[in-house]
Amino acid sequence: MLIRKTPDLRYSDVTPPSLYFDRRTFLAGVPAALLAGSELLSPSRRALAATTKLQTVKSPLSTTGEKLNSIEDVSSYNNYYEFGTGKDEPQQLAKNFKTSPWTVSVEGECAKPRKFSIDEIMKLAPLEERVYRHRCVEAWSIVVPWIGYSLSTLLKQVEPTSKAKFVAFETLYDPKQMLSPAQAGIPLPYVEGLRLDEAMHPLALLTFGMYGATLPPQDGAPIRMVLPWKYGFKSIKSIVKVRLVGNQPPSTWNVYASNEYGFYSNVNPNRDHPRWSQKSERRLGEFGRRKTLMFNGYEEVASLYSGMDLIKNY
Amino acid sequence: MQKRRAAKVLVFALCLVPLLWLGWRAYNGRLTANPIEYITHYTGDWTLRFVILTLFVTPLRKVLNWPELIRYRRMLGLYAFFYGTLHFLIYLCIDKFFAWSDILEDIGKRRYITVGFLGFVLMVPLAVTSTAGWIRRLGGKRWQLLHRAIYITVIAGVIHYYWLVKSDVRLPIFYGVLATLLLGYRLLAARRRPVAAAKPTVPGIRQPVSK
Repeated sequence: MLIRKTPDLRYSDVTPPSLYFDRRTFLAGVPAALLAGSELLSPSRRALAATTKLQTVKSPLSTTGEKLNSIEDVSSYNNYYEFGTGKDEPQQLAKNFKTSPWTVSVEGECAKPRKFSIDEIMKLAPLEERVYRHRCVEAWSIVVPWIGYSLSTLLKQVEPTSKAKFVAFETLYDPKQMLSPAQAGIPLPYVEGLRLDEAMHPLALLTFGMYGATLPPQDGAPIRMVLPWKYGFKSIKSIVKVRLVGNQPPSTWNVYASNEYGFYSNVNPNRDHPRWSQKSERRLGEFGRRKTLMFNGYEEVASLYSGMDLIKNY
Repeated sequence: MQKRRAAKVLVFALCLVPLLWLGWRAYNGRLTANPIEYITHYTGDWTLRFVILTLFVTPLRKVLNWPELIRYRRMLGLYAFFYGTLHFLIYLCIDKFFAWSDILEDIGKRRYITVGFLGFVLMVPLAVTSTAGWIRRLGGKRWQLLHRAIYITVIAGVIHYYWLVKSDVRLPIFYGVLATLLLGYRLLAARRRPVAAAKPTVPGIRQPVSK
């Protein structure tokens, strides 16, 4: 048998010109298709059924002039490696995550260390609704109406001593409900840390809910931090331990790759991630890119870092 | 002959399934909250898969004693180029929206983009010279030498993927192992047979294909 000299297929057959030249029309249809489909096929609606409504008060610290992202965006696009490394995995794998009963131990260098049940901790102060911009280290961002109160309220309850210089946070690690560190690709339990003055800044929000209700599991239920001037991974989820300490505590991504993720990890358009630029970001739901702002636009925290080289202390 | 044609049409259609699936997901609003990232990663995944599939053809022909597989090699290779072009155009026209200074900075400074770009650019001459006419013009030997650039493309593709992920390197490693096996097979095959006896597998050139 001989192979024919003339190929069955010409180059132009392989990339069908109609497809090739229509690609923009096709892609332009994507947002419309998204809108049409989301009403019927939104898996996050199921997840949200498990949340309960929360009463909130207005907050002067809420960011104004930003269009909120949809709750579908915020609850279906998550980085929560204990529940999968794909963005759409946590929504599925965290579905049955047990968030009650839940206790948070606040301990370490303080006069009155104690354990709080989630109900106790939620009653320490009126719950405020605060809209914040949230900027991921991966160069995407969202705007979310979180619900909580300033972390300082909780820390004052236990009366930090003069030895307390930093705050260390720890996420629950339950191998029965979560992936193994090998599957997640990072050491677990997830840990994070802040300098005490950062932790006491009123913008540092101890968070219990979003969009008028308690947090869905994939967004860090039942209690998480939200630090709007830092990259998202600093805002630790599903907290079980808050410890006041004298020395800078380890933080998971910094331990994993210290040249890529610093202890501070303030949003900084002038300090690129070694593998990608931090100059711009994509706001979910928008087509173009936005310029990334220093401290994610929360300039009021700048005084915490006066005199510090933020390129070196990234 | 009829059957062969049908088989080829079938393979051609199968290679389009990933694109149709993407269209279906788009239609149903299942491109995640970050559709641009999703379609970028999706087309990138399929580019690497098709490069690897193309590299499977020669070893499978030998191992399975199924020489007719050569008939699909060009099509698979061109599909790799097709998905690679989509991947690159999405990056260029949608992700970066023609921000040329950003793009040039990316290609120069971000090593995962540098290496990915290299892998893509190397596919261009291969796609152009994939016709029977070009095989004749270049001569089988030179043509084959040129088309070994695909070896660099697959390595570049795997490294591009490996450097881009944050922590979960399981898939890049999997593709890396496949690429190593496929390139290792060729190294061994080349060492085992004397150079003179090496028979280039050039499609379109009259050569007997034993059944």
